[in-house]
Amino acid sequence: MSQPRSFPRGGVRPPERKSATAGLPIRRACVPAEALLPLRQHAGRAARCLVRLGESVAEGQPIGRAVDGLSADVHASIPGLVRQLREIRLPDGTSSPAVLVSLEGEFSRTGRVRRPEDWKALSRGELLQRLEAGGVVDQDGKPAAAKLRAEGGLVVVNAVESEPYLTGDQRLLVERAAEVLSGAAIAAFILGTGAVQVGVEADKKEALRSVAEAAAGSGFQLVPLAPRYPQGEESLLILALSGQRTGGRLEDSGSVTLGVGTLLAIHEAVTQAMPQIERVVTVAGEAVRNPANLKARLGTPVSALLEECGLGRPARVIAGGAMRGFALDSLDTPLTKDMNGILALSRREILPAVRTPCINCGRCAEVCPWGLRPADLFKWLERGEAAEARSRGLEACTECGCCAFVCPARIPLVQGLREGKRKGAA
Amino acid sequence: MLAVTACLVPGAAWGVLLLGPAALRVLGVAVGASLAAELVVQALAWRRFTLGDGSALLTGLLVGLSLPVYVPLFVPAVAAAFAAAVVKASFGGLGCNWMNPALGGRLFAAFSWPVLLAVRPQPAAGWLRLTAGLSDGSLLGGTGTAGLVSTLLLAVGGAYLLARRIAAWEIPAGFAAVFALAFWAFGGLPAGLFRGDLPSALGSGSFALAALFMATDPVTSPQGRGARLAFGAGCGALSFLLRAFGGRMEAPFAAAALMNMFVPLLDRWPAKRGPR
Repeated sequence: MSQPRSFPRGGVRPPERKSATAGLPIRRACVPAEALLPLRQHAGRAARCLVRLGESVAEGQPIGRAVDGLSADVHASIPGLVRQLREIRLPDGTSSPAVLVSLEGEFSRTGRVRRPEDWKALSRGELLQRLEAGGVVDQDGKPAAAKLRAEGGLVVVNAVESEPYLTGDQRLLVERAAEVLSGAAIAAFILGTGAVQVGVEADKKEALRSVAEAAAGSGFQLVPLAPRYPQGEESLLILALSGQRTGGRLEDSGSVTLGVGTLLAIHEAVTQAMPQIERVVTVAGEAVRNPANLKARLGTPVSALLEECGLGRPARVIAGGAMRGFALDSLDTPLTKDMNGILALSRREILPAVRTPCINCGRCAEVCPWGLRPADLFKWLERGEAAEARSRGLEACTECGCCAFVCPARIPLVQGLREGKRKGAA
Repeated sequence: MLAVTACLVPGAAWGVLLLGPAALRVLGVAVGASLAAELVVQALAWRRFTLGDGSALLTGLLVGLSLPVYVPLFVPAVAAAFAAAVVKASFGGLGCNWMNPALGGRLFAAFSWPVLLAVRPQPAAGWLRLTAGLSDGSLLGGTGTAGLVSTLLLAVGGAYLLARRIAAWEIPAGFAAVFALAFWAFGGLPAGLFRGDLPSALGSGSFALAALFMATDPVTSPQGRGARLAFGAGCGALSFLLRAFGGRMEAPFAAAALMNMFVPLLDRWPAKRGPR
């Protein structure tokens, strides 16, 4: 196999901490007694609510309808009664309307495997329609249908999982590579080219072998990548695979990247008419007694998933990965389409957050994949000079967190830059 | 900060060994004054005490090393206190000062008591001949600064800082290159071009201290390769001019302090952008 490829500058190698779950098969989580389903689990505006208080909903029934190009349908992940309609706070601090469903009635979808339909008989329009009906959203928050509406181009399978702890994608590749690649084939068919590249980190041997076996004879190109964070960033991935710069607009790159979980959801939405009501989530950290990859219903409270794996006394609970995730202040937060990890970390696992003055050491600038100077931007924003920060490239920041990871002064760089960007957008 | 301090220790120890208790007194007074000044200022301003960050210790040590051993002890005391209280604390403490505190303290002494700091011949001891063989006679040039004697050891400590990337290599590189080139080309005038006495220029302790330990202070130096090289080059050029036309041993210090003023400008140097 060729030399693993990577992106040109910056990046870090955080400790892996994957061994606890990397070898364990994905297992099913218990069905929750109540599911809290946010109507905004995507990049666009919140979906329009389709249900009324007290109404009974079937498993997989749409409860929210997409309102713009970047929003997606939301489905009931369990059968039951609509108990509440309220505003909730999502892990990233924004709020969203949500539907609380309490379990009642029968499971009309789970366990009833339909005979897989031959999708090759369907037209491009019909396929896109099924993705929309399934509410399939990629890991970046964009609906799969919206990403695949581009003409021509290449499908890039983003199987990079460079954040510590997370092993869900890796396990899906080991256990269900054929279905994931079927999803990729459907995506490539929709784009009209059939070309697929799979980017996997070179140290994930088992996943590589499994994908290579499943891809044999398909013409898909398997590309090993250097294990380096944030290799999973869309534009860095495209850059590593093609050696081509995206010039600021992913749309121009001629590539559409899709995550492993998304491709599986595409496969199920198309061949089984199964909406996205479940996802695989890594539950790990030292404060978890039995770390695991759980296939859980969306809307399951984080607390239930942690209890299922044996929760000790965490110093902090994080939704998402250790680099990009958000610390939770409430464990009632529900599992959403983009939540790839739930980390209950012990005191030992988190760095002490005693902030000291910036001494201008410049390490943040060294690791920034975009060549920004995060500490400078942070200082401009602190002084209220947002325009100056923007003129120095603030908008290029993707909040990957490399800067905060290496900062010896423990300055909350990512929070600062994120807030600065939000204010600029508002 | 503690790593930088540790890298100064071999040079300082060698100086103390050579020059005896006088050197130890200067270093001790400077360190003590710097620590005390920081403590007093923070107590008065009702701020959190930060002696533990090692910055005041480093400042005191640098001030002590940059002064001749024969000065009256109030000089290191006032210089180090000025460095900690005025140059650093009055701008907001660590990370907020625009000039390296040790440079500021050293220059304060130079401008306040030029006569006390003037070059004096050093009483030759048996020891000194030994070090003369180590590098060059000019190392001992009679200035008698504890730091100067130990240039080589300072250089070793500095090399460690560069290797660990605690200090940016671009700054001493630019500094040394331009300083050496200018000295070699014009240092021999009026005898002729390209006849400068390089070893005496590069072997001076004040040059090593300024280039490796003071100009490289990240707080008061720019970011980015180009800007750092330019910053170092500016230090080198000014050092040569000040030494050639001023004849002062504090030329490298004054040069680095002057270049500190250009840091905000150099930070406008366009950064090399990433792949987007």
